[in-house]
Formats: sequence, C-alpha cells, structure tokens
Amino acid sequence: MKCQKCKKNNATTHVKRVVNGEYEEYMLCADCAHDMGFQNMFDTSMPDMFGGLMKSFFGTALPARSQATRCPVCQSTAGDISNTGKVGCAKCYEVFFSHLMPYIKRIHGNTVHCGKSPESPAIPEKSQTEANKESEIANLKSELEKAVQEQNFEYAAELRDKIKELEGTNNE
Amino acid sequence: MSDNVIISSRVRLARNLADYPFPCRMTDAQRKEVVEKVFAAVKTLPDDFMLVNMEDINELDTIAMVERHLISPEFAKDVTGRALAVTKDESISIMINEEDHLRIQVIKQGLSVAQAYEIADRIDTALNRELHFAFDNKLGYLTQCPTNLGTGMRASVMLHLCAMGETHAVSRISGNLAKLGFVIRGTYGEGSDASGALYQLSNQVTLGISEKSAVENLTNICNQLVQSEMATRGRLMESMEYQDKISRSMGILLTARLITHAEAVRLLSNVRLGITEGIVEDVSIETIDNLMLSIQPASLMRREGKRLTPSERDKARAELIRTTLR
Repeated sequence: MKCQKCKKNNATTHVKRVVNGEYEEYMLCADCAHDMGFQNMFDTSMPDMFGGLMKSFFGTALPARSQATRCPVCQSTAGDISNTGKVGCAKCYEVFFSHLMPYIKRIHGNTVHCGKSPESPAIPEKSQTEANKESEIANLKSELEKAVQEQNFEYAAELRDKIKELEGTNNE
Repeated sequence: MSDNVIISSRVRLARNLADYPFPCRMTDAQRKEVVEKVFAAVKTLPDDFMLVNMEDINELDTIAMVERHLISPEFAKDVTGRALAVTKDESISIMINEEDHLRIQVIKQGLSVAQAYEIADRIDTALNRELHFAFDNKLGYLTQCPTNLGTGMRASVMLHLCAMGETHAVSRISGNLAKLGFVIRGTYGEGSDASGALYQLSNQVTLGISEKSAVENLTNICNQLVQSEMATRGRLMESMEYQDKISRSMGILLTARLITHAEAVRLLSNVRLGITEGIVEDVSIETIDNLMLSIQPASLMRREGKRLTPSERDKARAELIRTTLR
C-alpha cells in the first residue's frame, strides 16, 4: 500500500486517532509520519499532561491572592508551582506550606512522614502508629480551624477534646 | 515458581541536595555543581560506578538505555546538564538532575523488592553523609513533585500476566489495586491494553507509609497476583485453541523474515507462557526475556551498529529472533 500523503513511498506506519470525537485513520510512509509528528516513539507527552493534571489539582487548592508571595530562595510564586506542578526548592514547602497541604493530603491521604530519615540522632524514626496518629491530629486540627471559621463551636469543642485526647496519649 | 510470572523488581529513591533549588529552578552552573558533587560522593562508595555525562553520549545509546529501563524517557528527552552513574552490571544506577537531583535506582531479577530496597537504602545512607539531603521531619524527603514526598520511594515489579490479560482480569483488579495505593499499567502499549502482557505494578503513596510497609504490601500483592495468574494459566492450557496459539507463535518467530516490534512482543509473550506450561521446550525463559529487551528499535540498531529504517529494523529483528531461538 502507498502512503496516503505523498502517494509515492510504501506505507509502513498506521495511525489511528480521535480528535474532538472524530475518528481518523492514515497509512503513511516513515518520512510523512515523521513530518506529521507521529514518528517519535519515545516522545511521551506525559510530563506536560501531568503538569496539566497538577494544575487542576492546585487550581482549587491555591488561592489567587498568594501569587504575590515569593520564595526567598528560588523566587517561585504559588502561581509558578500551580502552573508547572513543580515545587521550586526545599524552602518552598515551608513558604507555601498551608497552600500545598490540602493538595498533599489529597494525593497521599496522609500528611506525616513515616519511615527512614537521614542519619541524625535528633530525628528518631517514627513508627507507623505514631505517624498515623500525628497525621490524624493534623487532620483534626485543620478541621477544627474550619469549624471555628464557620462558627460551628459545638463541633469545634468536640474536635478540641479529641485532639487533646490523642495528644495526651502521645506524650505518655 | 514466581519467576514464571515476575520478570524483575525495581526500587527508586528520589533525593535532593538541601543547598540547591530543585532541577526546575536551577541554573546551568548549579546543574554542573550538583553533578560534580554527586560524582565525588559516588566515588566514595564501595561499588564500581561508571560516571557518564549524558551530553557526551550519542542519541542511539541514550534511547537504548531507556529501553533497558536504565534511565527514564523524560531523562533522555533533554540531556543538558544531566549525568548518570551506573554499575557495570547495570543493576544500580543514579540519574543526576532528572526531576530530582538524584534518582537512585536498583533493579533485580525476579521478585526481590526487599533486596533491591536494601541496596538502595545502603547507597542512600552513604551518599547522605557526603551530600546532605533535603528532609523535613513532617513531610519526609522533599521532592520537586509533591507526589514523591515522604519516603521518595517508588517500588515496582514487572509481571508477565498473559493469562490474566487474556481473560481481562487485569483491568478488573486495577480498581481494587488503586484503593490499596497501587497502580498497574502496561509496560508497552497503554492502560490495560498491554502488548506482550507485561505489566508494571508500583506503589503510589509515599507519605505516611514506611519503606518497609510499602515493600511488604507490594510483595504480598505480587504473590497473590502470581497465584491467580498461575491458576488462570492452568485453565487456559486446557483449551486446544490456546495450545495451538502458542505453537503457531513459535512457528512464526522461527520462520518470519520481517517482524514488527509489536508483533514480536506479542508472539514472544505467548512463547514465554508456553515454556512455563511445558508446551515449548529447549528455550529458556531468560532467552525470551533477553530477546524482549534486544528487539526494541534502538537496542537493535545499536547491535547492528547503524541507523535503520523501520523496514530494515523489521528484517534485522526477524533475523535476530530466528538465530536466537533456533
């Protein structure tokens, strides 16, 4: 079969695609496939797609007003992070902590690390249960903040007691 | 028995130097500095590493490295300021300035995630002494993409689920795996439509779960998948149609003069199943697994020592398969 585009060479590449719901199919030679951008088998567009995906995640997590704050180390803004899906440096996690937290929670379900830490006697390795508890306390605290903002004081008091209880067992 | 189903295990740790911005915010000079620092630190390790500046090697060799899972496609796309440290047997590799400053990767044959992690852990501990990795008590190891926060560990296993793929069981279980924090996807092809029935199973959650638990969970799930795959294979083999399919696949591989990558992978997958079920004799699983790697486009061209057009590749591929299997 001849290439549908140049109608000279033998067709070696079979392309099927759906664009805006319309199904298209071509038989192309290697050169025409290359020209139309179908040749590069290693060119996965994943990173871009991923950035796009991140953006939708961050979209609701990062309020627009934070655009002005810049990280003192790498000069990233919250907007930069949400546009690229990439955090600029270690300091950014500190600077944009409250913005990133809801998003981190959505990906991992947890918010406290558990497992290896770099060799340092100051940071003992946390057990799974300890980390789970810390994670739960952090979740309750953010819920408490929300409850107070919504002036739902009854619920807030309930949450406060729960946090106290958990923190109490932690220190024993 | 698990080796009939499990091809290889891989552990990858994402690490960043505390004193430099992440790769997306680095200047060229900083990239260079990070490469120099990591190279110096790698030299202190007891393992024998080759140090490679990615800009110094040709495109074909780079793509062949992707095909051998030594580096990521993303890493090969733009090699500026990037470098690689790799052991001779290619079981340990460290990508420098990929998405994170360091990506420590260990590959082992068969189901050996725990052993792979042990090695990665040792390298990480030794390198940290020299490099001082970015770490936060609450968020764990800090990474450019928040999806890797915490342990920074991605553990994965490559499985040959030909029988479960055939009966569409893989797409059915993928939802359940997602609930457990794991993802399964085809190695070649997309989604559940994995040509060659090769699947990659890996953990998604890295924050709030220790390396040990993640490795144990992955190993447990793999053992269950192996059992279910073996049971399904037993049922499939009862049908004469399937036995016929395997024998015909072997016939085509032994006689074809031209063969595309997709077709070869599909047929080799059938033959691999035939070997484990005792239908194909005189060929080892290792031979098939090695062929799966060496028939990929860039690996094939590297072997031939020159660039080839797609049809020339199909010819060289058929020849390589014929001579290997004969």
